[in-house]
Amino acid sequence: MAKNCHNDYKMKFSGDEEFPDLSLHNNHMAKVLTKDIYNKLRGKSTPSGFTVDDIIQTGVDNPGHPFIMTVGCVAGDEESYEVFKDLLDPIISDRHSGYKPTDKHRTDLNFENLKGGDDLDPAYVLSSRVRTGRSIKGFTLPPHNSRGERRTIEKLSIEALATLSGEFKGKYFPLNGMTDQEQDQLINDHFLFDKPVSTLLTCAGMARDWPDARGIWHNDAKTFLVWVNEEDHLRVISMQQGGNMKEVFRRFCTGLLKIEETFKKHNHGFMWNEHLGYVLTCPSNLGTGLRGGVHVKLPKLSTHAKFGEILGRLRLQKRGTGGVDTASVGGVFDISNADRLGSSEVDQVQMVVDGVKLMVAMEKKLEKSESIDDMIPAQK
Amino acid sequence: MATQFTRMLAGRNTAVVLASLGAGTLATGYLLTDSTAAAERRMLYPPSADFPDLRKHNNCMAASLTPAIYAHLRDKTTPNNWTLNQSIQTGVDNPGHPFIKTVGMVAGDEETYEVFSEIFDPVIKDRHNGYDPRTMKHPTDLDSSKITSGVFDERYVLSSRVRTGRSIRGLSLPPACSRAERREVERVAVMALSGLKGDLAGRYYSLGDMNEREQQQLIDEHFLFDKPVSPLLMSAGMARDWPDARGIWHNNQKNFLIWINEEDHTRIISMEKGGNMKRVFERFCRGLKQVEQLIHERGWEFMWNERLGYILTCPSNLGTGLRAGVHVRLPNLSKDPRFSKILENLRLQKRGTGGVDTAATGDTFDISNNDRLGKSEVELVQLVVDGVNYLIDCEKRLERGQDIKIPTPLAQFRR
Repeated sequence: MAKNCHNDYKMKFSGDEEFPDLSLHNNHMAKVLTKDIYNKLRGKSTPSGFTVDDIIQTGVDNPGHPFIMTVGCVAGDEESYEVFKDLLDPIISDRHSGYKPTDKHRTDLNFENLKGGDDLDPAYVLSSRVRTGRSIKGFTLPPHNSRGERRTIEKLSIEALATLSGEFKGKYFPLNGMTDQEQDQLINDHFLFDKPVSTLLTCAGMARDWPDARGIWHNDAKTFLVWVNEEDHLRVISMQQGGNMKEVFRRFCTGLLKIEETFKKHNHGFMWNEHLGYVLTCPSNLGTGLRGGVHVKLPKLSTHAKFGEILGRLRLQKRGTGGVDTASVGGVFDISNADRLGSSEVDQVQMVVDGVKLMVAMEKKLEKSESIDDMIPAQK
Repeated sequence: MATQFTRMLAGRNTAVVLASLGAGTLATGYLLTDSTAAAERRMLYPPSADFPDLRKHNNCMAASLTPAIYAHLRDKTTPNNWTLNQSIQTGVDNPGHPFIKTVGMVAGDEETYEVFSEIFDPVIKDRHNGYDPRTMKHPTDLDSSKITSGVFDERYVLSSRVRTGRSIRGLSLPPACSRAERREVERVAVMALSGLKGDLAGRYYSLGDMNEREQQQLIDEHFLFDKPVSPLLMSAGMARDWPDARGIWHNNQKNFLIWINEEDHTRIISMEKGGNMKRVFERFCRGLKQVEQLIHERGWEFMWNERLGYILTCPSNLGTGLRAGVHVRLPNLSKDPRFSKILENLRLQKRGTGGVDTAATGDTFDISNNDRLGKSEVELVQLVVDGVNYLIDCEKRLERGQDIKIPTPLAQFRR
């Protein structure tokens, strides 16, 4: 349902009077947004009624995050990226290493193209995981969608997932209908997503009507799961203990392609275009939307003076083991690819596999008090 | 005062005229502007598809909203494009509060109460003890000289406070306002306040210009509103763009304060340590009248009509918007099982000393009036005065080992 187009009323005020105060801000939106851009865009809206103020609200409300440079804006629908390209293109370029409005993005979900990845040392690599997001064409995105849309997305997702078989056969757990026992189990498995408390999400309107039409689907083996209606329509996750990223990626690609097939049969493809790849709520997830990573023990390497530089050169990023908003605990880090747009799924997982292998080797050297200076990689 | 406002209605807004016409007027809303996209979506998603799941909910909105009402109202908007979905979002997101039954909906502008009266009227009735906006009129009385026995025993009453809110007609309310509107509210209020003199003279402190230490000090002194963390406020969109155009004005003695752009355009507060509620209310009325005069001089007026009194963001604050209260020590009475019933019959409520969302700690309670609408300011303050005196009397009796009585319940509306 069309959201309030408060816009028309706001146009009585000048752009200057409406322009947000970004003097204390440090996010991509604040770096890019100028009064000129704002004036140009403030009179526009997407067909479903999303406006530039809606796009930037989360960035205005959240001046900066201590661990990570946030994007500071979200899309409300597929058209947002077109209607507000004057704002979003520079942000995309800034966030995705200079990606130009004319660049094309490559999709490669052929897991056989991945080399290696089945030999990461499980003494160091505790778990492996690949996730991405998908948006269903014809619906607005979580910051904007109505209860009716969200419920329809859930319904379609349940139908699609119910057709999966073999290693992918599984069950849906609606957040609303869960028993206490089911909830406890899902929390113990590290599957259950919590009600969003991060203000990055709540200020963007993604927590509205919680927990209506939210849920989790997972296969019987608990190695493949789908989140419905959290930050994106769908988040698809493949994970397992240990370091066999090759297997995780195989399952990821196979399952994802099966799901896409089913949605297409019902005339609901995924949002995708050859410039931006897969279209998701946050501009940081455009392209592959893929975050492939491991939980890995690097107590010595992580305190090495060159740790940050090594990560940068390998095009990897570190997070705490609680997710994007958290700090590391006990020398265990979540290491994943930094890139999403401009390289394919295979490229990105390859970087993780090769990079983590190298860092584990470095860790072993440091354990023996040997130098790692000759192992420092060139910039990828 | 009432007639002054009705006379000043010269055309800010046609719907405002509609709103003030009172009972019997069929004030209709404006339908969503019909683009093809919007029409398509309405067909794809009938109101039944969007009706919220309120099965686990316990707030006034959830108690009154039916699928039929929702269906009538979903596609309407106020002249500023505010919708029902936006009004109820906070009630959908917050199923229930442990200490207080919440209203679960807010107004985005003055016209909300008219355009969506089909849901607001029953909620108002529910919240305000059966007050019927279609048939009843709300009395306004700010003559503080009428208060009697308004000085409490300071061995029990630690502080006294009266607050209300005022909204500036023609500008959207905090859930809906744009940054420019919010800044305009700040400008109008601050300009007017700079005209206060004598014991009311003071200055403005913009939240953005304050440092952490200044802020925390004002919060600790119970002057400043906290950073918005309450999910009730945040789900209603009132924390957007924080701290832009928010601030606090206070006089030099720090006993007369105005909050700008928190939950309402303005909150006016008179307070002081000790038990002299009469003086607190006298200053409250005097200050309020002067502020009204000062904004009139600049061509502005407050949102008010004779059905609903002063128009504020939350329906619970309609009418007088007045909460008169004390921080009072009641170590014996608070442990007595009859405490709640006594409060109920006196039409008083208890809160923690940190404000509406908090629990009481120790023996000190915030005791204030329950009612806002259907009784005048003078009536409500007198009710608090009489009630608190009664509570102190009970406390003293219990101290001496004497028994106490539950008072007969007070009447709800003046007849």
